[in-house]
Amino acid sequence: MSLPDGWEMVVGLEVHTELKTNTKMFCGCTNTFGAAPNTNVCPICLGLPGSLPVLNVRAVELAMAIGTALHSTISPSTFHRKNYFYPDMPKDFQISQYDLPINAGGYLDLPDGSRVSIERAHLEEDTGKSTHLGGSGRIHDADRSLVDYNRSGVPLVEIVSGPDIRSSAQARTYAAELRGILIATGASDGRMEEGSMRIDANVSVRRTGEPFGTRCEIKNLNSLRSLVRAIDFEAARQVELIEGGATVRQETRHWDENLGSTSTMRVKEEADDYRYFREPDLVDLVPDQAWQDRVRDGLKPMPAERRAVLTRRLGDPAPALLDALEVVIDLGLDSFVIAALDAGVEPDLAMARAANEIASDLDGLVNLSVESYVATLLMEQSSELSATQSKTVLAEILANGGEPTSVAASKGFERLASGALGEVVAQLIDDHPDEWSRYRSGDEKLAQFFIGRVMKLTNGQANGKEVIAELQARR
Amino acid sequence: MPELRREDVAHVAKLARLIMSDAELDMFTEQLGQVLEHASDMNALDLEGVVATAHPFGLVNVVRDDVPRECLDHDVVMAMAPDAEDGRFAVPRILGDAP
Amino acid sequence: MALDVQNGDTSAVSVLEESLAQIRSRNEELNVFLYVDEEGARAAASAVDERVARGENVGTLAGVPVALKDNLCQTNIPTTCSSKILEGWRPPYNATVVDRLLAAGAVPVGKTNLDEFAMGSSTENSAFGPTRNPHNTSRVPGGSSGGSAAAVAADMTPLALGSDTGGSIRQPAALCGLIGVKPSYGLVSRYGLIAFASSLDQIGPLTKTVSDAAIALEAIAGHDPLDSTSLPEPSPSLVAHVEDGVAGKRIGVVRELIDGADADVVASVERAVEVLKEAGATIVELSVPEFRLGLSAYYLIAPAEASSNLARFDGVRYGLRVKADDVTAMMEATRTAGFGEEVKRRIMLGTYALSAGYYDAYYGQALKVRTLTIDAFRRAYREADLLLGATTPSVAFEFGSKTADPMAMYLSDVFTIPSNLSGEPAISVPFGTGEAGLPIGVQLLGPGRSEAQLFAGARVLEIADGRP
Repeated sequence: MSLPDGWEMVVGLEVHTELKTNTKMFCGCTNTFGAAPNTNVCPICLGLPGSLPVLNVRAVELAMAIGTALHSTISPSTFHRKNYFYPDMPKDFQISQYDLPINAGGYLDLPDGSRVSIERAHLEEDTGKSTHLGGSGRIHDADRSLVDYNRSGVPLVEIVSGPDIRSSAQARTYAAELRGILIATGASDGRMEEGSMRIDANVSVRRTGEPFGTRCEIKNLNSLRSLVRAIDFEAARQVELIEGGATVRQETRHWDENLGSTSTMRVKEEADDYRYFREPDLVDLVPDQAWQDRVRDGLKPMPAERRAVLTRRLGDPAPALLDALEVVIDLGLDSFVIAALDAGVEPDLAMARAANEIASDLDGLVNLSVESYVATLLMEQSSELSATQSKTVLAEILANGGEPTSVAASKGFERLASGALGEVVAQLIDDHPDEWSRYRSGDEKLAQFFIGRVMKLTNGQANGKEVIAELQARR
Repeated sequence: MPELRREDVAHVAKLARLIMSDAELDMFTEQLGQVLEHASDMNALDLEGVVATAHPFGLVNVVRDDVPRECLDHDVVMAMAPDAEDGRFAVPRILGDAP
Repeated sequence: MALDVQNGDTSAVSVLEESLAQIRSRNEELNVFLYVDEEGARAAASAVDERVARGENVGTLAGVPVALKDNLCQTNIPTTCSSKILEGWRPPYNATVVDRLLAAGAVPVGKTNLDEFAMGSSTENSAFGPTRNPHNTSRVPGGSSGGSAAAVAADMTPLALGSDTGGSIRQPAALCGLIGVKPSYGLVSRYGLIAFASSLDQIGPLTKTVSDAAIALEAIAGHDPLDSTSLPEPSPSLVAHVEDGVAGKRIGVVRELIDGADADVVASVERAVEVLKEAGATIVELSVPEFRLGLSAYYLIAPAEASSNLARFDGVRYGLRVKADDVTAMMEATRTAGFGEEVKRRIMLGTYALSAGYYDAYYGQALKVRTLTIDAFRRAYREADLLLGATTPSVAFEFGSKTADPMAMYLSDVFTIPSNLSGEPAISVPFGTGEAGLPIGVQLLGPGRSEAQLFAGARVLEIADGRP
């Protein structure tokens, strides 16, 4: 979706991710999801009078890992208090980082070749969660709210991009790539729908060549699809406003997935004054070079590097393979594909069974070893298994475990005896004269009809290519 | 430094979630003004280049291991609540979003 | 006392009963304790006696009754900070210092009155009435640890813990004739101390003797993993150094810690100088003009941090709640009803000092003055090992004499504030009497981690003042 001629959108994204630590940022409560309300709290994350924060070393290391992956400068940093009153904030201030964040600067190169600058990536603590009752469940018509502090104190890293993004598609690509990095560093599980990764978008528009316009912030987008739709809607809304002679008001807006629009809460009387000052209950963080090196050395390859490696191995992949490539990288399945390539499996096959079959049962990954994957594909490639059979074997291993030879045997998959296929095809031709004559006249689509029938009759044992060969031979 | 005005004090009271009567606003404006006036000798100093001190004895990098510690019993926590519902802290309606 | 209990010469229970009797006899008049935990204290005392009977080493504070300032959390014991906003609140955990007292065999007997949230110098800012000075009940005991000082001065307990942010242990100690110690910042864990100004607060003992103060401080000091600002080392050896004397030490007499004090206080300081000289110290006259900036810096830094620390009192999770239709109105109504005037004054001063457009001029500038103060101390300690001055400008003043003008009250902290700004330790030692026979305190200051030398110097003064 694009804006009218002469207009461009300017977008910056702020991504908050919860960190995959055992415990919260400043206390020893466990960092879990889904516990009963207010059962995972202590004096510190409740902000009880007299409590004090102590920093979780793992949170620091994950923050450094993220900074390293984003080419940031890991700097001596300080914690600050961001002061504001809100019931889900136990201390009515949030411990965050302000002018001296742990990671300063950096960039993210996207698969489309563009580069988005990173301004900072800093540590902060999460707030509690409120539910609003008495209305529609939205805040504006509730008559009371209930607060659960289980999430209070969970460690977060906030990653702020520069205002470099120029389309909703690019925003989506940035978010997806960043998510891949967060997963690859071990910092996050990237589960947007669970709220462990949240995106705010700052959107403004301008006529090409003019300075930046006034921006609006769209908060808490929790899917890539919402991100795209919200950005497109908001940019269009702003262009329409300006072209109509009005001005864009700086405000926070909400994306309503059902209505497909952004809307504003009541406009605030005054800008927030957070009265930032250095957190006196914490000391400065000064990661020395040795610590930074340990973090860097412990990093696994990032999506961009894995993408480059796989692309090289596929040797100039056809455009048709590029979508599959993204899926394989995104899901971290490249080790399967590369092992298959190493064993001599054809690129198309090595990619397809990962991007399709494994991708459809990711929970089953624990049951499927790389060796089993390779073995199954080799059996398919040598026609010991038909494509359909191969998919069935993989699905079975993913679901229930096992290894290829025994699973194939238990399903009664045997190679169809040569010659038997010819008889089956001949029989079908006799049984379906209309379809056969249309095929003979050149209607290639009917090949699928015959293949389907052959599969049914042979319990999937036939090889599609061989069926086509038979049909063509008899044409 | 600009003199402290009544509107400034009223604004600050709002920021601090305190309700002030007119008489209190007047009184606090005068008293806070005196404290700030007393600080004028400090304000007048040119301290360019002087850096704030973090910890007086230079402590840095104080961290703890990512190891769980016992948390509070749910009943103990909720017993403190002025108003609770469904195991959660109840508050009257919130006007406006979190910043 | 602890030795007597440990030896079996006396029992913890009998010591406690004497303490409780004294409390019963004078608490109504003096308003020292906001809460007395008779049941808990008796159980603790009995437990001590049982362990002694079993031959166990109970600890350096075996059976010693202790009064705790009511801004220290004690599990399930009402902890109010002398404020309506926390009336009835019972913490679900102990402050670290309370755990350490218990581990040393002490017997906490109750929670003492203070200026609300430790903001004040007279204990007149308590929401539950002022505490009276046991030496003269028409006078203040000082603040904010007025209740703790009165508890010891009135022989209710031999030991009390207070907190010192701008002088709140040392000043009441001086006005009540006691030893009061503000340790080095980070020596004593702040976990469980309800915060006033986080970068300045420290917990310390109030006692009648130097030796008792050293024993108490040794028991509570040392690294705490729950306090990120706590010094890394374990508790230092203090008791062993009390009799070290001051021979060969250079004592810097700082004019800015004496100028402005009443004549009787100045006379005490001058006499203290003579005593230290006779004990073998070299006296050096020093001027540290940066100390004069301390009051302004303190009265911006402390309220700023306090305005943030006290934000959590919003009626949502504990304490007072005043009902209203929406949560902002509820918070406003709760805080307005729950906080006293001085607390509101400081919250607003602090909020202003941090607010947009004013941060650099006020809070930012004050932090720089703090650095100047630290540097000034460092320079002073090149010429002297310890510094000497008055603790407060006058003896205990009358109720109501400084309440009309906040600045007048703030000025009573002028000699104690510099040590809070620098984070370095200081001790107030009773030395002579002044107007109306009221006690005077003189102050020894030392560089970071010099508590042992401070106790040694204080001991010399103690002996000379007739308390060997």
